[in-house]
Amino acid sequence: MMNNHNHQNAPSLHIRNLTLRYGENTLFNNLSFTLEASKCSCLLGPSGVGKSTLLRFIAGLTTGCQQNADMQIHASDHLPINNRIAYMAQTDLLMPWLSVLDNVLIGYRLRGELRKDKHHRLRAIELLGAVGLQDSLEKKPEELSGGMRQRAALARTLLENKPIVLMDEPFSALDAITKLHLQELAAELLQNKTVLLITHDPLEALRLGHYVYVMSGQPATLGQPITPQGEPARNLTDSAILTLQGELLLQLEQAQLC
Amino acid sequence: MLKKIIQAVIVFLSLILLWQIVVWIFKFPPYILPGPWLVLKSFQHEALLIGTQSIPTIIETLMGLLIGCLMGITAALIMVLFRPLRWWLLPILLISQAIPTFAIAPLLVIWFGYGMASKIATTVIMLFFPVTSAFYDGLSRTPTGYLDLANTMHISRWRTLWSIRIPAALPALASGIRVATAFAPIGAIIGEWVGASKGLGFLMLNANARMQIALMFACLITLVIFSLLLYFIVDKLLQLAIRWQP
Repeated sequence: MMNNHNHQNAPSLHIRNLTLRYGENTLFNNLSFTLEASKCSCLLGPSGVGKSTLLRFIAGLTTGCQQNADMQIHASDHLPINNRIAYMAQTDLLMPWLSVLDNVLIGYRLRGELRKDKHHRLRAIELLGAVGLQDSLEKKPEELSGGMRQRAALARTLLENKPIVLMDEPFSALDAITKLHLQELAAELLQNKTVLLITHDPLEALRLGHYVYVMSGQPATLGQPITPQGEPARNLTDSAILTLQGELLLQLEQAQLC
Repeated sequence: MLKKIIQAVIVFLSLILLWQIVVWIFKFPPYILPGPWLVLKSFQHEALLIGTQSIPTIIETLMGLLIGCLMGITAALIMVLFRPLRWWLLPILLISQAIPTFAIAPLLVIWFGYGMASKIATTVIMLFFPVTSAFYDGLSRTPTGYLDLANTMHISRWRTLWSIRIPAALPALASGIRVATAFAPIGAIIGEWVGASKGLGFLMLNANARMQIALMFACLITLVIFSLLLYFIVDKLLQLAIRWQP
């Protein structure tokens, strides 16, 4: 229902020949990678392999790395990508001095777009309702549980209404049950967006991803993606998912040894 | 709250008792160490004098605190906004702290006169550095996640500073203001010791010269009560204003 608000078609995103160096280390050497349009691509791999660096690079954030000049990053519709990205981090990044509603609206408020268009406020309230926070609009973040805070962060990410969504371990700090609920919510609300989701949880990747990549080695490379059948969020008890989980764990174990 | 008040009263009474015991045991003459009772009598007799002499000290302290905080906040913002200026401003700030306040206070009296201005200047010099340092530290340590969010949301540098970096730095600024609040009365008193015609510091010096040690103690206790009260009020106001501070 929320996706009706997304008037932009989500493009695919192509990265070609990316080389990133951090001091003496080469993180990526001519890495090429495509985020498929309107699909969720999940990225797993050992800590420090460069998953977050790749995400930060796509988001246009500082990586502290040197990059090659001849790399290319472009969207399939050839429109600029930097203003079509929403970002969600591991921590909720809610500002403690703002109410939940103001936190969700922060982008619009600080860009000065809120006074021009009251519609955003209504949509924020609608989104907070969709994530189950309709009774917490005026509460401060400190009054919310970890799961509720991350739900507010999800609402803030979605309110930006961008076709490309980059998520860096967004649910990793949550307990198992809260995590499952948030995965279902995210799957529903992120439909038709081009998503890159970094996670350490194979089951999360298999529930949410259309493409599940394992990143390994130094310089890091991406293997062939696993493509789970069916639409996210997939059922936990699905035997195919559980089989893929075993396969994925083996791949991750090998990646760790690289 | 009540528990805290009771604790404070118990500490206060214990100190007075200890003081009286020391006077009893060592039999100090009143011109060396008067007992609490003598000091209380001095309070009673000189209440008007102490009251009138407190007013300039209170005004100097509050003005010094206000100007010092405003200058500290401005200096920190200048250092954050104009990074190259930081390398010019930082040595000046450090020099202002390296020179002992006692050494510079006579100069301030020559420059600003015997009135309140020189005392306010002494106070400002003493306390604007802790405010600058704390606020600058807070502004430099904005959680990177907030800045990443602002970047991906295409929020301008000024809006990020005003609406994210400054609010995020307020708890640090509050720590600086607390330190400044504790220093402020000391600054005013130092200014008054060096050269003044009124104020608690002036009264203390006079009392000391005339061996009116009980009066001196009465002034000292007045100063302590004022300092504690000021700190308590500022602390409460900061807590109310910055509710999200840890």
